Amino acid sequence: MPGSFEGETVTRRRAMGLAVQVGGGIAVATFTLPALGFAIGSALFERPPVTWEAIGPPDEFPDDTYVPKVITNVQGIGEVGKTTVYVRAYNQDIDGAKDSSIPGGGDFIALSTRCMHLGCPVRYVEASERFICPCHGGVYDFTGSVSGGPPVRPLDRFYTRVENGQVEIGPRFSVNSEFERFPSYRDPGQDLDGVGQYLYPGRFSTPKLD
Amino acid sequence: MPKLPLPPIPNSLLPRPRRPGEAEKVKPLDQAKEAGIHAADWVDERTSLSAGLRWVMFRKVPKGTNWFYTLGSATMFAFLSQAVTGVFLAMYYTPSVTDAYESTRRITNEIFLGEFVRGMHKWGSTMMVILIFLHMGRVFFFGAYKYPRELNWIIGFVLLILTFVMALTGYLLPFDQRSYWATIVAANITASGPIVGPFLGDFLRGGAEFGATTLSRFYSIHMLLVPGLIAALIGAHIYLVTRLGTTAPPWMKVPEDEKLVEDQV
Repeated sequence: MPGSFEGETVTRRRAMGLAVQVGGGIAVATFTLPALGFAIGSALFERPPVTWEAIGPPDEFPDDTYVPKVITNVQGIGEVGKTTVYVRAYNQDIDGAKDSSIPGGGDFIALSTRCMHLGCPVRYVEASERFICPCHGGVYDFTGSVSGGPPVRPLDRFYTRVENGQVEIGPRFSVNSEFERFPSYRDPGQDLDGVGQYLYPGRFSTPKLD
Repeated sequence: MPKLPLPPIPNSLLPRPRRPGEAEKVKPLDQAKEAGIHAADWVDERTSLSAGLRWVMFRKVPKGTNWFYTLGSATMFAFLSQAVTGVFLAMYYTPSVTDAYESTRRITNEIFLGEFVRGMHKWGSTMMVILIFLHMGRVFFFGAYKYPRELNWIIGFVLLILTFVMALTGYLLPFDQRSYWATIVAANITASGPIVGPFLGDFLRGGAEFGATTLSRFYSIHMLLVPGLIAALIGAHIYLVTRLGTTAPPWMKVPEDEKLVEDQV
């Protein structure tokens, strides 16, 4: 590169050109980066608060069948934010030994109606003691584990507790096929057995119990 | 055949011969023509647009060009129709979870020509997807993606994906049961990709659940982000078509180079 004096490697013209390009790049970055952060930040990193919603007195829920209850899953968006949960009392014969570490005590089992294939709403069919999904034929047994169709893991659950004589429904959590708990719940379609638990990491956008 | 005699015309209506020394009269029609040419000249002198127009419009087209070659512009006109109807639908539509369905219902049932314009947008979207596929099939089966047109094939592929994004995001906007559950399913399919999937799903929904901002996110992607990209890429696509020209259909034989024909050598 010929310069104005011996040994000059960067001419003034070249240095100015470079400065203009860098300046332009910085100018563009000052509005694109905040805009991107704005679009991504709260979607990925904002934790919604933990809410507990009362659904009825404990003796309303038997331990051999489910009672459907409507709760507000997402606050502030009206009907759209509501969802059905199926609730029953804990039953040692069906559920086995109680998980003593579960927050809220785990005296009640609340199953989410969100199908673990792609998220359609399942319904409980009393006669067959099965949860059935209308979209692609997912079937779950009484405990919520998959007994047929495309779902990849048992139905999600909600934390439950008893406060002021009322059963309350808390945040959602996911379970794998051994009913191991995953506190940051996963989206449907995410297998949590074996390598799946590493392929589908927990997120920052799910409510977190203290 | 014998000609019928002309009906008598009053003298005042007959064209009068010019008097000696009199300049030819300018007719209003010629004047109007002149004005148009003058205005076009004024713009052209300052922009040289006519050269560009000539470059775009008067191109050499290979023998054998047929109706299949119109599928690309048909897709573009489908996009233009979507753009125009979409802009006007946005005047009446409310992208909020509580009002979206009601405003869609109002467009369909109450607003003058609302059902027609919404129908054009709804069925036009299906039409655009069909046309873009047929266009892609034409390019594929005619071998028009080969050198030197590979980049245009890639741009076309990106346009295909963007068209799908439009179809997906637009599907949510009427906000009925079908829209809602289809979007839940689509977001969950997105989220089932390993490692980045869960975060992409969050980005699409604006959180872990279908929430207050999901609909407005989809609306903004549907009417601002992607249409801009599509318009820009259509521009690049057409520029490359103009620059590189179109291909002859594969059944047209390339004429042998005269220098290589033995008899003439």
